[in-house]
Amino acid sequence: MSAVLQNIINQPYKHGFVTDIESDVMAKGLDENTIRMISSKKNEPAWLLDFRLKCYAAWLKMEEPTWANVHHPKIDYQAISYYAAPKKKAKLKSMDEVDPELLRTFEKLGVPLHERMALAGVAVDVIFDSVSVTTTYKARLAEAGVIFCSMSEAVHEHPELVQKYLGTVVPTGDNFYAALNSAVFTDGSFCYIPKGVKCPMDLSTYFRINTEESGQFERTLIIAEEGASVTYLEGCTAPAFSSNQLHAAVVELVALDNAEIKYSTVQNWYAGDENGIGGIYNFVTKRGLCKGVNSRISWTQVETGAAITWKYPSVVLLGDNSVGEFYSVAVTNNYQQADTGTKMIHIGKNTRSTIVSKGISAGHSNNSYRGLVKISPTAEGARNYSQCDSMLIGEHSGAHTFPYMQVRNKSAKVEHEASTSKIGEDQMFYFAQRGIDAEAAVSMIINGFCKDVFQQLPLEFAVEATNLLSYKLEGSVG
Amino acid sequence: MIIQDSKVLLEVRGLRASVNGTEVLKGVDFTVRYGEVHAIMGPNGSGKSTFSKVLAGHKAYEITGGSVLFDGKDLFALEPEERARAGVFLAFQYPIEIPGVGNGQFLRLAYNTLQTRRGHEELDPLEFDDFVREKMKLLEMNPDFLDRSVNEGFSGGEKKRNEILQMAILEPRLAILDETDSGLDIDALRIVAQGVNHLTNKNNATIMVTHYQRLLNYIVPDFVHVMEAGRIIKSGGKELAQELESRGYDWIQPDLDVNSQPKATARIVA
Repeated sequence: MSAVLQNIINQPYKHGFVTDIESDVMAKGLDENTIRMISSKKNEPAWLLDFRLKCYAAWLKMEEPTWANVHHPKIDYQAISYYAAPKKKAKLKSMDEVDPELLRTFEKLGVPLHERMALAGVAVDVIFDSVSVTTTYKARLAEAGVIFCSMSEAVHEHPELVQKYLGTVVPTGDNFYAALNSAVFTDGSFCYIPKGVKCPMDLSTYFRINTEESGQFERTLIIAEEGASVTYLEGCTAPAFSSNQLHAAVVELVALDNAEIKYSTVQNWYAGDENGIGGIYNFVTKRGLCKGVNSRISWTQVETGAAITWKYPSVVLLGDNSVGEFYSVAVTNNYQQADTGTKMIHIGKNTRSTIVSKGISAGHSNNSYRGLVKISPTAEGARNYSQCDSMLIGEHSGAHTFPYMQVRNKSAKVEHEASTSKIGEDQMFYFAQRGIDAEAAVSMIINGFCKDVFQQLPLEFAVEATNLLSYKLEGSVG
Repeated sequence: MIIQDSKVLLEVRGLRASVNGTEVLKGVDFTVRYGEVHAIMGPNGSGKSTFSKVLAGHKAYEITGGSVLFDGKDLFALEPEERARAGVFLAFQYPIEIPGVGNGQFLRLAYNTLQTRRGHEELDPLEFDDFVREKMKLLEMNPDFLDRSVNEGFSGGEKKRNEILQMAILEPRLAILDETDSGLDIDALRIVAQGVNHLTNKNNATIMVTHYQRLLNYIVPDFVHVMEAGRIIKSGGKELAQELESRGYDWIQPDLDVNSQPKATARIVA
């Protein structure tokens, strides 16, 4: 591969700074006591502590999954701190009381907390290490009856809702990382859209890991009642540390009759350096339940960061005529590894799902699509369309596709298309011969390749995603 | 068109180049003046296509000797995109497909990049659309071309027309047409040739690289050169092409002094 291409794809990480802020960090290690301590720090009700302990007991009996196409040294779960929070003296009454250092951090990250936010009309919940720092726009949302707050707050303010839905989509013993999250999660976002309400603005959560050797285990729960709809955006960054941090989140979505949830992620965790040192282990369980008839859940993800990504945002299509969608762009460079995809579980009649996955691998990275389309015997008339495209940049990167299909109803239609392409020297030469420099060429090729997915993002996120890819795959050309 | 005392646009002296360690060009001498149309002919493997790619700056070729001046400046000091912006255009023999990148979008970026370099205003998408549709008429191209991905699923003829469309948009000073006639049926050939003829004038020059004489019936060259084994072994006027067509390449006796072309031949023809 030419030096030009190398330069383009090797851009330094912009969000790798550490905020110097007083933190309350719990000692490393994990046992029942740790969980009791987290629960008591958060002043949680007994039922939640029970839930945590039950999950912890389940986790102890589980093994780390080994089927993914990723490799890493064994994680020492006793060497992680399970709670880190910016110190605060008293409960904050307004944004003005937020630590200015923290505000500057989010400013640097481009999170629009103040007036910019008003203009954008996005309500933002910000999770810094383990706790939610602020949720804006609460009042306006409350008028519409929408609840949007941190998970900790929801546990106290709306315990009946949390208790009713927590762990119903991703059950206790679902998988190793989800069980760990269920035991030790510290915060996250909670969102409830009441019957018939179209959420008046897009909701957004921004996640940031700031403390070295701390894990981030957030838990997000979104419920859309009958006929409700919401668009939810999620962004993530972390400082550059030479050690690896574990991020094991769980996101649960529930859509009742005729409800619609659109969940978009732009993930830009620190990916490690060019030799693969450091970076986030992004082991995330995201699942939506289309519980009601005619409901729709749509996942859109742009995964650019993290040393290792292990993530399969899925939809369980229980309600008749429900629709599940998964649109994904995963970019890996240097020694990053991504094993990502989705599961579409068709149970209801005439359920439909669409999967569009675009993987881009550069450097020595490995990028795998792994997806399951399962048509149950009850899923009369189910349809699935899957398209998985891979693009290779350079000679040392890998692209893999692992599609699984289980079809147990004869009336179902399942389609799968896959392609692999390469940004070759000859394509670059063609652009150059027309006077177009390498940066613009790569950007144009990549954006063309990802077009089907970017179209699914809300506009401001689409712009951010395009910039992020440009920034990750382009730059100063010598 | 041969213009008396016209300025030299391209001056190639003793050019040597290799690919993967094998020398393909072994001392090429070649001069092009403003206004002229040259044809380089020769059997397969003679180095014709290599010569075009070397001029455009393809990275696979290593320059091992000689010099090329473009408008008096060292061409090899420029990166491929800088050469393009300086006015060197290569119509590719096998234009590559670029899936997902819209042809219209691609053409506009190329055009606007060049406009900016030339100190002109860029065209917005609507203005460009009008501009490019006008140019497409010249090549009898369907406007649908703009919405398709660059060269993707194009027939051989469509690809070649698309190349000439780019030439029409970018208005290069030196156009190098690499086997532009290959894969064209007779109608397409006529349209492409018409397009090229329409674009040639006293402020530019054209080099046609071709295996067959057929194209030269439509785009009549001022000079014809024969390349063999990495050198230009014979130069002459357009009648040389006809001779090659009827007698093949085997009869050619190299010019005694290959370095003296094409000035010597120019006088004969003129």
